[in-house]
Amino acid sequence: MTFRHRHLLGIEPLHPVEITTILDLADRYVDLNRGARKHGDALAGLTQVNMFFENSTRTQASFELAGKRLGADVMNMSMQASSIKKGETLIDTAMTLNAMHPDLLVVRHPHSGAVNLLAEKVNCAVLNAGDGRHEHPTQALLDALTIRRAKGRLHRLSIAICGDIAHSRVARSNILLLGKMENRIRLVGPPTLMPAGVADWGVEVFDDMRAGLEGVDVVMMLRLQKERMDGGFIPSEREYYHRYGLDAEKLSCARPDAIVMHPGPMNRGVEIDGTLADDINRSVIQEQVEMGVAVRMAAMDLLARNRAAPPAREVMA
Amino acid sequence: MTLHFTNARLIDPETGTDTPGDLFVRDGVIVDGPGEGPVETVDCAGHCLAPGIVDIGVKISEPGERHKESFRSAGRAAAAGGITTMVTRPDTEPAIDTPEVLEFVMRRANADSAVRVLPMAALTKGRMGREMTEIGFLTDAGAVAFTDCDRVVEDTKVFSRCLTYARSLGALVIAHPQDPGLSRGAAVTSGKFASLRGLPAVSPMAERMALDRDMALIEMTGARYHADQITSARALPALERAKRNGLDVTAGVGIHHLTLNEFDVGDYRTFFKIKPPLRSEDDRIAMIEALADGRIDILCSMHTPQDEESKRLPFEEAASGAVGLQTLLPAAMRLVHAGHIDLPTLWRALSLNPARRLGLPQGRLSAGAPGDLVLFDPDAPFVLDRFTLLSKSKNTPFDGQRMEGRVIGTWVGGTQVHGD
Repeated sequence: MTFRHRHLLGIEPLHPVEITTILDLADRYVDLNRGARKHGDALAGLTQVNMFFENSTRTQASFELAGKRLGADVMNMSMQASSIKKGETLIDTAMTLNAMHPDLLVVRHPHSGAVNLLAEKVNCAVLNAGDGRHEHPTQALLDALTIRRAKGRLHRLSIAICGDIAHSRVARSNILLLGKMENRIRLVGPPTLMPAGVADWGVEVFDDMRAGLEGVDVVMMLRLQKERMDGGFIPSEREYYHRYGLDAEKLSCARPDAIVMHPGPMNRGVEIDGTLADDINRSVIQEQVEMGVAVRMAAMDLLARNRAAPPAREVMA
Repeated sequence: MTLHFTNARLIDPETGTDTPGDLFVRDGVIVDGPGEGPVETVDCAGHCLAPGIVDIGVKISEPGERHKESFRSAGRAAAAGGITTMVTRPDTEPAIDTPEVLEFVMRRANADSAVRVLPMAALTKGRMGREMTEIGFLTDAGAVAFTDCDRVVEDTKVFSRCLTYARSLGALVIAHPQDPGLSRGAAVTSGKFASLRGLPAVSPMAERMALDRDMALIEMTGARYHADQITSARALPALERAKRNGLDVTAGVGIHHLTLNEFDVGDYRTFFKIKPPLRSEDDRIAMIEALADGRIDILCSMHTPQDEESKRLPFEEAASGAVGLQTLLPAAMRLVHAGHIDLPTLWRALSLNPARRLGLPQGRLSAGAPGDLVLFDPDAPFVLDRFTLLSKSKNTPFDGQRMEGRVIGTWVGGTQVHGD
């Protein structure tokens, strides 16, 4: 087995072989999930805690289901309603939770790096379910699995990631993962939604959508993150849709067999045309959701196998 | 009594010399010879003897947050770091913006600090950028300069009035050039690294824009102006132009911007979160060159104590700043050992220039100057353990790093305040 990490905090530290290991195992779990009896015992007797400091429905549900299907005891903590409101710091929350001996901790937090900070303080395996604009590794892995199953390979593909790159942790993790697997990556979007220094990322950058989609195998749309924007990144949603919203006409620039992806939740009529999103011949958005459960099962399974953990070092941030 | 320093390597920033020799201090002042009466000899054993460091911009958390730093702890740390004059910041809680608060600070400083303390006062009330403080009264009470620290006076009309009024009193205004709009919420310098880490970032252009604005206002008002920290190459031309045009303008830089760069933040290490944020390596090199050739006048520690609680947070939420009183000298030695700058030139920025800018007699080794001295071994190696620092707060980015340069003794007005 080639997966040697204690935590899954991001795609950045992963080796391509480790990515393949996760995806291969996830493939097996897809079969399990499609069977009549959806139950494994890889996590039997282990405790999984989902800590979401930011609203989430689909990711939290996906992690919960993944844990339950592998036999873990799953607890959901909505941190917005908890002691954080009473002034407790992230570290204190982590230490308190740690004392209850969870085995797997799934964390989403609105600040970049917060999950790394937390992982330094606890004994259990930590899975990053999205931190600020930093990384969302399981999303990138499920996207990779979806692409691999649809295209038959995960290398030498031309992939366009479109929309709000600047605010997207999904984009960062995907750029890292798809880059490691040696694909050609294009970023498409208005310059105000491109992160600074993007030219040094080893990607091609387009601000014209049609040019950006020319001949690509995969079109990955991103949600316009209205909640992370404080004013004036785009003039209006209708102008954004006109220039960067994916519709059949813009998609015709891509290869005829190109697939359409979206991490959800979608803003129909803002970044993607509703009919196109539902087109089962082009859109793999539902498969992405399905792959999400399998990938999370695989990731938690692998981390649980590595759980002969030494005590956490006391490291100052 | 006369103090006789023998066998010293004299670092004199005024003459730009680094020569072996002796030095005499009598009644707290440097003199030419031993004179009459008893003589106490200090054998310097060939180590460097230089004017004590004058550090502009030291944050001492009195009043308000004495658990972070007090005059006593800061004074001891300064003495151990070869700093003989701390020019303190008014960004306390409450801000030092009235003669009454200033008087409290002076009293505390005189009672507790081992080294000299010269306080700065806020430029606007509560550092809110709306109304100017009582610059006249505060000057009379001992304020040596006026600054809102890291807050920019956004309203140019308010700022121009402050400058005009300060000019009539000959008061020095110290500003933090940073465009408030661009830098709002920023935690790091924009670029590939910041984007990959997903942290809110500011372009170094924000510094240049604010300096450009300030230079225009100085041209308009003729006030005496010092930029607390210039940290990016793009801001330098505006500074050079202003100096060439005869404006009364100087600029400083903090030691961290000369010894660290943006990548040191690494995996969200909050001890490396400072204001302005650490810059690119190109900017770091450019600032060292500017310091060496005198375009940047003053090097300071930007000592900013923060407790563990305010640093043990996600990077965006963590407090900015690093302690620097004890690490300023050894960190600056890195520049010397790397061949970027020689000792007399370095001491010009650490001691002579800040003293001159504030109209102080310090920073020299000639007769008549105060006996504020530091004796140090520039080559003594050590590994820094942050818990050995004398500051109450231990937030240094140099923890665990190899450094060279040890302070052997520090004297203030001829009285030894550090060393055996």
